Amino acid sequence: MAITSVLDKEKIMAPPGYSRWLIPPAALCVHLCIGQAYAFSVFNLPMTRLIGITKSAPGDWELTDLGWIFSLGIFFLGVSAALLGRWVEESGPRRAMVTAALCFGGGFVISAIGVYFHNIWVIYVGYGILGGFGLGIGYISPVSTLIKWFPDRPGMATGMAIMGFGGGAFIASPLSVRLMSLFSTPTHVGVAETFLALGAIYFCFMTVGAAIVRVPAPGWAPAGYVAPARPRRLITTKNVYVYDALKTPQFWLIWWVLCLNVTAGIGVLGQASAMSQEMFPGRVTAIAASGFVGLMSLFNMGGRFFWASMSDLLGRKNTYVIFFVLGAALYAAVPYAGEIGSVALFVLAYGVIFSMYGGGFATVPAYLKDMFGTRYVGAIHGLLLTAWSMAGIFGPVLVNYIRAYNVAHGVAKAQAYNVTMYVMAVLLVIGFICNFFIAAVHERHHMEARKAEASA
Amino acid sequence: MQSTAARQGPGNGLKLVLAWGFVGIPLAWGVIQTLVNALKLFQ
Repeated sequence: MAITSVLDKEKIMAPPGYSRWLIPPAALCVHLCIGQAYAFSVFNLPMTRLIGITKSAPGDWELTDLGWIFSLGIFFLGVSAALLGRWVEESGPRRAMVTAALCFGGGFVISAIGVYFHNIWVIYVGYGILGGFGLGIGYISPVSTLIKWFPDRPGMATGMAIMGFGGGAFIASPLSVRLMSLFSTPTHVGVAETFLALGAIYFCFMTVGAAIVRVPAPGWAPAGYVAPARPRRLITTKNVYVYDALKTPQFWLIWWVLCLNVTAGIGVLGQASAMSQEMFPGRVTAIAASGFVGLMSLFNMGGRFFWASMSDLLGRKNTYVIFFVLGAALYAAVPYAGEIGSVALFVLAYGVIFSMYGGGFATVPAYLKDMFGTRYVGAIHGLLLTAWSMAGIFGPVLVNYIRAYNVAHGVAKAQAYNVTMYVMAVLLVIGFICNFFIAAVHERHHMEARKAEASA
Repeated sequence: MQSTAARQGPGNGLKLVLAWGFVGIPLAWGVIQTLVNALKLFQ
């Protein structure tokens, strides 16, 4: 009890003079680590030849079995963020970050055991469930703390952290490849040792973030910042209790805004390599396609910071208007790029599309803060992440099935994605309509009004 | 809300350099690796 008290919210109150610019690196320590999830696929091929070493042998795992590890991780990210959001909010960021480090690092250690004994169910439990809880808790742990430290620029602050989630794969992918090459021998693939090393590295890195993080003292405000005396039309100064937010239309409209924005991007993201090669046969090689995927990931990461920061100037609703209008236009332009054979237009259109895909993730915590206040924003954000889980299913299914249907009905591969692009554009138009109807939350949902009602 | 603006404390500069370096260096390394791969698109 005494040892764990250093994790208490009360023990991490910032002393006078503490720089708020130390909080984004604390958040990045966590998000850069959990962003590894996007790079898990680098283990897929090596794990299909744990027995055969140079090629798959009888008894080796299939890619379809291995695909479930990532899917379970993302599913439990959504589940844990939704279930434990309130706990994260009330326990404070340090306890949440340490818990996330234990779950995420522990998930790798258990997975190493699963690889050692060649039991995939142990990996499902390790990385999929325990690691998934680490992902979910880690993802939401710094959100409300950042918003409280940066009341003047909440979009930029949360954008920086969520940019880390997009950037984590850039570190994890080459690091994992190098570690596997370091630990591999002619008779051994080296995956188990890599998992152990990554578990230790990520645990330490995330713990540093937990050590740095502080919460602002009550009444603290940045120098020169004057809180608005009256709420602006779409920015409340009141708070909504986490489960009361579920009773508002605003929560569900933002849920659909996020779901549709992510659905449009996530499906194409998974198919980006194949799509670029099939739309430009003979011009985009497999190597160039992998470069294209890397470039899109950079746009995805950069867009998280850029668009979330822009939302502080433009307003959250207007930022999503740009995502939906420009996104729909660009999706509709992709078939034209294929038709005229312009790789440059194709890359440019997708670059902007993926910047807005990342921007959608990064801007939504500040949108929730504007609607529901800062008190439970982390927990409400956790509940909203179920939209991500749903989009993770919708997006790839839509893209894969529409393409397969077209190819089965004699459409040339170069044109097989055209209908998909128009469907994505329509999804964004629906997202635009949902965003259009978002208005300020009725005051009867405010905690202050509820307390007054209860005491009357 | 009472506004108690924080003054920049002594030693914050070094802490900031260390904290941002701790996250910035690995991120920059990863971004450079990705950019090097991405350049293959234009070769």
